[in-house]
Amino acid sequence: MAAVRETVDRVRSIESDAYKYGFVTDIASDKAPKGLSEDIVRFISAKKREPQWLLDWRLEAYRRWLTMATPRWARVEYPEIDFQDLYYFSAPKSAPGPKSLDEVDPELLRAYAKLGIPLVEQEILAGVERPRVAVDAVFDSVSVATTFKAELAKAGVIFCSFAEAAHNHPEIVKAYLGSVVPPTDNFYATLNSAVFSDGSFVYVPPGVRCPMELSTYFRINEQNTGQFERTLIVADKGAYVSYLEGCTAPKRDENQLHAAVVELVAHEDAEIKYSTVQNWYPGDAEGKGGVYNFVTKRGDCRGARAKISWTQVETGSAITWKYPSCILRGDSSRGEFYSIAISNGRQQVDSGTKMIHLGKNTTSRIISKGISAGKSQNTYRGQVSAHRLATGARNFTNCDSLLIGDACGAHTVPYIEAKNSSAVFEHEATTSKISDDQLFYCLQRGLSAEEATALIVNGFVRDVLQHLPMEFAVEAQKLIAISLEGSVG
Amino acid sequence: MLEIKNLSVAIHGKPILDALSLTVKTGEVAAIMGPNGSGKSTLSYVVAGKPDYEVTSGEVLLDGENLLALEPDARAVKGVFLAFQYPIEIPGVATMTFLKAALNAQRRARGEADLTTPDFMRAVRGAAQSLKIDPEMLKRPLNVGFSGGEKKRMEILQMALLAPRLCVLDETDSGLDIDALRIVADGVNALRDPKRSFLVITHYQRLLEYVRPDVVHVMARGRIVKSGGPELALELERNGYGDYASQAA
Repeated sequence: MAAVRETVDRVRSIESDAYKYGFVTDIASDKAPKGLSEDIVRFISAKKREPQWLLDWRLEAYRRWLTMATPRWARVEYPEIDFQDLYYFSAPKSAPGPKSLDEVDPELLRAYAKLGIPLVEQEILAGVERPRVAVDAVFDSVSVATTFKAELAKAGVIFCSFAEAAHNHPEIVKAYLGSVVPPTDNFYATLNSAVFSDGSFVYVPPGVRCPMELSTYFRINEQNTGQFERTLIVADKGAYVSYLEGCTAPKRDENQLHAAVVELVAHEDAEIKYSTVQNWYPGDAEGKGGVYNFVTKRGDCRGARAKISWTQVETGSAITWKYPSCILRGDSSRGEFYSIAISNGRQQVDSGTKMIHLGKNTTSRIISKGISAGKSQNTYRGQVSAHRLATGARNFTNCDSLLIGDACGAHTVPYIEAKNSSAVFEHEATTSKISDDQLFYCLQRGLSAEEATALIVNGFVRDVLQHLPMEFAVEAQKLIAISLEGSVG
Repeated sequence: MLEIKNLSVAIHGKPILDALSLTVKTGEVAAIMGPNGSGKSTLSYVVAGKPDYEVTSGEVLLDGENLLALEPDARAVKGVFLAFQYPIEIPGVATMTFLKAALNAQRRARGEADLTTPDFMRAVRGAAQSLKIDPEMLKRPLNVGFSGGEKKRMEILQMALLAPRLCVLDETDSGLDIDALRIVADGVNALRDPKRSFLVITHYQRLLEYVRPDVVHVMARGRIVKSGGPELALELERNGYGDYASQAA
């Protein structure tokens, strides 16, 4: 048992200090007073010089939110959040948007460098123009650097901050905002609708294949600032876009609330691929601090043969409450969900997906790999449903859980609902532990317990890693090792 | 040189090895034969450092260094290699990935630089070829869906790559047909070296026809009950282990 014991102990020894990205960048922020009221909503809207219709939209959401209660059905426990004790707006001083990277606060660029972003994005931020990945860097709540805009514009692709889109493309924003995740959807989505600060906006016109992968690095930086991102991606008929979202956050003592909303719309024959690597501060060994991540992500396959694919690697946050979903409205549309969720320490993950089959011959595929270590709890919660008109709907679900140590938990909660008798839904689930024999075998070959664990875990998640864009997969692999090794980093 | 002195081992409180003493000289190929349940596999596991085995007394020294004080990975770095009787499956991890990770982990632990990918590929391809391992197999997850013979050949491939000082082969011949046995034996023979010791554990004399030992030890009831030259193996083949089982009691 010694080897396993050792692994468990090392995994358990993870604490705040092990969190490699725990530093605070000192940029005085321009923030709204604490608390939430109609005035704050007006303040945020005014700060962004928003049109009246958007303010009205926010206010309606706010009034609705007042009548709603916090959802309690997820398998997560946390103290009551005092929504009046949070800040709802903060922006780095370098906003509004600089024209070039030279104008970006060097402190911001240093922060990115410190994050050790091993990707071409870092080169871009450093001014290297060769790589074809566009970064819309979100530092706290306002986009401060947007690259490759011109090249994207040539292709007719709009990629900008949400606030910019509200100014420059109000007709598109108005047509799609809230059309996938309505302002009334759920407690956190409604809150987001009232106070969202910024986020990314993408529109790919008919028949256009976006010439590069679009990428955003999110980073929560301000003490006590709720992060309310709002992302809207629209792929018009026959368009294609791949979007990467990656996150790291500095160390915190107070819990940070994060309630983002992501809406995807894929029209006829369009395809959207959305990939996330999430590495927010998970809290210390006792679960103190850490990000509360209550996210609503949903895609709408609005036209026939549309395709939306979610791929996520979740390693951070104290609490994760996240269900990237697909509404398969168009006939023969397809939804995919590939997920790796790793929990350690006292982390709590309740994550999964929903595949709502409405159109005929719609197909969906769910591959979920949950890894629990330490004293964490990891729940897969998924819903697959077929409407009575969804003739020929097909789903394949595979949910695997891997346990490391004996103090953690893995749970699988699938909901399957077929109202059309021709629907074929398959569900496979396994739960396994890293066996003592596997560990000993690896150790006998000279691998340390941590290396062996990381290797075995990487093998376990391989099916999902394959679906990540190349550079993301490399980062994800490192993240997996970091989140399980504790002291190693 | 491997020196085992008065080694007593129990598992879950049950004694398995009973004050066993054994020396394998540097460059020597020593065979250990014995009936089922005599403690042969336990001996190999204890040398490699498998958890769950409780060493109640005795010493295991490799070139004078106390192996029992080291974790299994540290022993591997010191040059201890165990070819498993039942190699373990590692799903999702390509054999090639595993080999490279193991090799570089050992190199790093010894303060050496990682092997470059071209050098590594050359080393693996060469070793695979001599063991008649299809290079395609190296892309498959380690040992997953491998036949018994493939698994054993893969153990020898790892042994060749890691170039250990002490090779412990635990019933490597079990489950092999005659052709596979020859390939494995050739692989072992190719690694014979004046600086390398072998502890070849086997139930049958068959393997020893191909891997000719310098010394044969007979093990029964947790200790070495007789030692001799290669002819001892033939004698055992003729007479069986019956005599030794009672002798050790």
